[in-house]
Amino acid sequence: MLTQTVTRREFLKAGGSLVVTFSLSGLLPSLAAQDQTAAKSVALDQVDGFLSIDASGGVTLYSGHVDLGTGVRTALTQIVADELDVPFQNVKIIEGDTLLTPDQGITWGSLTIQVAGMQIRQAAATARAALVSEAAKRFNLPASELATESGTVTAKSGTQRAPYSELVGGRNFDLKVDAKAPLKDPGQYKIVGQSIPRVDIPAKVTGEFTYMQDFKLSGMLHGRVIRPTAIRAELLSYDDSGAKRIKGFVQTVRQGNFLAVVAENEWAAIKAATAVKANWSTWEGLPEKSELWNYVRSTKINSDEVLQSVGDPAEAMQQATKKMNATYNFAIHTHGSIGPSCAVVEWKEDKLTCWSASQATHALRKQLANMFSIPPENIRCLYVDGAGCYGRNGHEDAAADAALLAKVTGRPVRVQWMRADEHGWDPKGPPILLDYRGAVDSEGNVVAWESEVFLPEKPKQFAVTLLAAELSGLPKDTAFPGNINQSLAIPYTFSNIRATVHWLAHTPLRPSWIRSPGRMQNTFGNESFMDELAYAAGSDPLEFRLRNLNDPRGTELLERLAKAADWQPRKTRNAKSDIASGRGVSYTKYELVRTYVGVVADVKVDRKTGKIQVTKFTVVHDCGQIINPDGLRNQIEGNVIQTVSRTLIEEVQFNRSTVTSVDWVSYPILTFPDVPEVEVELIDRPKEKPWGAGEPAAAVVPSAISNAVFDAVGVRLRSVPFTPDKVLSALKKV
Amino acid sequence: MENQLTLDVNGKRTTITVDDPQMPLLYALRDDLGLHGPRFGCGLGQCGACTVHVNGIAVRSCLYPSAQAVGKKIVTLEGLGTADHPHPLQKAFIEEQAVQCGYCINGMIMQAAAFLKTNKHPSENEIKRALAGNLCRCGTHVRIVRAIKRSTEMA
Repeated sequence: MLTQTVTRREFLKAGGSLVVTFSLSGLLPSLAAQDQTAAKSVALDQVDGFLSIDASGGVTLYSGHVDLGTGVRTALTQIVADELDVPFQNVKIIEGDTLLTPDQGITWGSLTIQVAGMQIRQAAATARAALVSEAAKRFNLPASELATESGTVTAKSGTQRAPYSELVGGRNFDLKVDAKAPLKDPGQYKIVGQSIPRVDIPAKVTGEFTYMQDFKLSGMLHGRVIRPTAIRAELLSYDDSGAKRIKGFVQTVRQGNFLAVVAENEWAAIKAATAVKANWSTWEGLPEKSELWNYVRSTKINSDEVLQSVGDPAEAMQQATKKMNATYNFAIHTHGSIGPSCAVVEWKEDKLTCWSASQATHALRKQLANMFSIPPENIRCLYVDGAGCYGRNGHEDAAADAALLAKVTGRPVRVQWMRADEHGWDPKGPPILLDYRGAVDSEGNVVAWESEVFLPEKPKQFAVTLLAAELSGLPKDTAFPGNINQSLAIPYTFSNIRATVHWLAHTPLRPSWIRSPGRMQNTFGNESFMDELAYAAGSDPLEFRLRNLNDPRGTELLERLAKAADWQPRKTRNAKSDIASGRGVSYTKYELVRTYVGVVADVKVDRKTGKIQVTKFTVVHDCGQIINPDGLRNQIEGNVIQTVSRTLIEEVQFNRSTVTSVDWVSYPILTFPDVPEVEVELIDRPKEKPWGAGEPAAAVVPSAISNAVFDAVGVRLRSVPFTPDKVLSALKKV
Repeated sequence: MENQLTLDVNGKRTTITVDDPQMPLLYALRDDLGLHGPRFGCGLGQCGACTVHVNGIAVRSCLYPSAQAVGKKIVTLEGLGTADHPHPLQKAFIEEQAVQCGYCINGMIMQAAAFLKTNKHPSENEIKRALAGNLCRCGTHVRIVRAIKRSTEMA
């Protein structure tokens, strides 16, 4: 139970293991070395940044990446246990504590296994080599005569054996991570590649788990923020006399346009927040919702960037006879976490401790340091599991809210956002507009491909403005929308390609990354337009993709997809039935450098109501070496279902002043009766690098549905979400 | 205006002091009794994360006044079973690994437990309809349905 602030030294003592220096030179523990433990390394290039082994052989993994409900806690544990050769259950993991874990970057971009996990694997390999080397000295045998097994180094022939705990002798690994430390031969992995049940699930299904929302400190107050009625409204005045009558109310906090209440208990805080009468200025700086796409198109372009350039598509286009063009757009989306963001912050003098479910505790630490103008060393951010965030939702903002309230009140403060805070005020996946031009020749070859996407500009820092900093007028960062230009470049072998991003000066709502940021929207455009070209070329869309690939892994994947989905080229379309069935295919090589995914969507379109029912998704997925097959399937299923929801239903509503999608009625998501069957075929490549899987399968979902709808009823849906009114309106034009 | 409310939660009677007897039961369970099962999701009865049983009926505790729960039997996720002795539904959720972030799972299990009392061997579609008012964002739906089905097949 995380119930109190501990210092690094207290933490290590509390852990029951005072770890001291262990090195190849075999330094004896000393008082000096013990002092060194008070500053546990968090260096990325140090083994003890990541690992320690205590006197009883228990291994602790210090991971800068965190489990956002994706199962990586289990997968990272598998990686360490296998590489280090210790029993799975002997490894415990500490995630995202800025005092104890290395800064491995934000837990985003499907990079936990691929990047953070491989840093950890290399540290474990280095540690194992060091343990073998230490045993070699003790046994007076060459290291090549030794083996490791279940936390012990043994002589291959002979009886000598030494448990790791004895070799470590209560010291820590004062070793640089050796990039050349040999990894196990993939054939030797016993834990990696297994569907080990997730370690967190038993506690999560019995109510024994402590989520961030369950975390308490003694003497803690509860805060609730009163949001402006318009995004940039000024707070003119407020009357909290009603709040003062509520028992448990402590005070109102106003700093600039930041207005909040704190109370001794949660319900009093909620009631008090609604009892405060705030008078806000009017502000109508948002575009008309109905004019959003004109607004995006006419936004000032700060710069252009060519992301892919092959041949001369403009020239080829001039020569071509069969030309196509199409414009796609993808609405503003929210993350839609089921549990609103929550954080607890405590100040002790000028030192701040923050518990939150942030995917980026190390980055949050820097942001809070900036906001309060204190050195980052004075801040400790700890990760506690929250509800899934699917990108940068409101966790960091709730942390900033709590930090500001704790500073003003001098007591620890817990802020849990209300539903309207989460829907209305989390940063949003920005509106994305894509233009395409292409041409096919008489043999059905694509002779030109041009794409242009309109995206909000990326500032240098991977940060999103903290709301509390913005509202209160404290120092703030500029919002980074995610690497949303990724996956605009295409994996096909056309002779003339140009993919361009227009970096826009601004976007209506505070942007951030949502799951598969940009890749999902860009792949929607790419793979839908690909389908349009295939149709223009008179080709079967799956065969058309195969024909334009020069990538054996991609080819194998699509061939396996054709088989898994029993793909048959369409012969005729039945225009008469009210319910029309169709199938669509889509494919990605994520960001052109990693995970391959191909999907077939099966849909039914109701011509009378315009409703699309996605009945099934067939997925073939190749992310290289698979760490945990069932965990991977769980992620793929989640990607598909969440993105079916995004594609069919989701769109943030707003008026000229503010977001009006403030709950699950004004921003609905997919419910059980509409959830498709998901069939997943995994391609395991144990000898290849493991790649990410938290996002890639999401990227192909919208286009597969769009293409299936075309297959069913002959209309192209180019604007996400595919609501019934858009379907009906498209059908009327046929 | 202090009020004493005696609540019968998971077979145990506890008296709590509240300032507002209209305070939703969710806050009494979480903040006064320290339970973690029922969760705040929306406070509007839209998502189901806060679901508990009151006299065997699945209710949204985020809207259910605490005072109204007095004299009734309240069961939360903790009252169904523990990690060591799980309820068949909890066991099935573990076996099917039917969790991603798990924030909604309280509602899924509590809703399903109440539903299964009225329909011991539901079809997949009946399960989906019974859970239509419970939201999951991670996309764990197919596993959740499978787990509920599995629980009905346990001896």
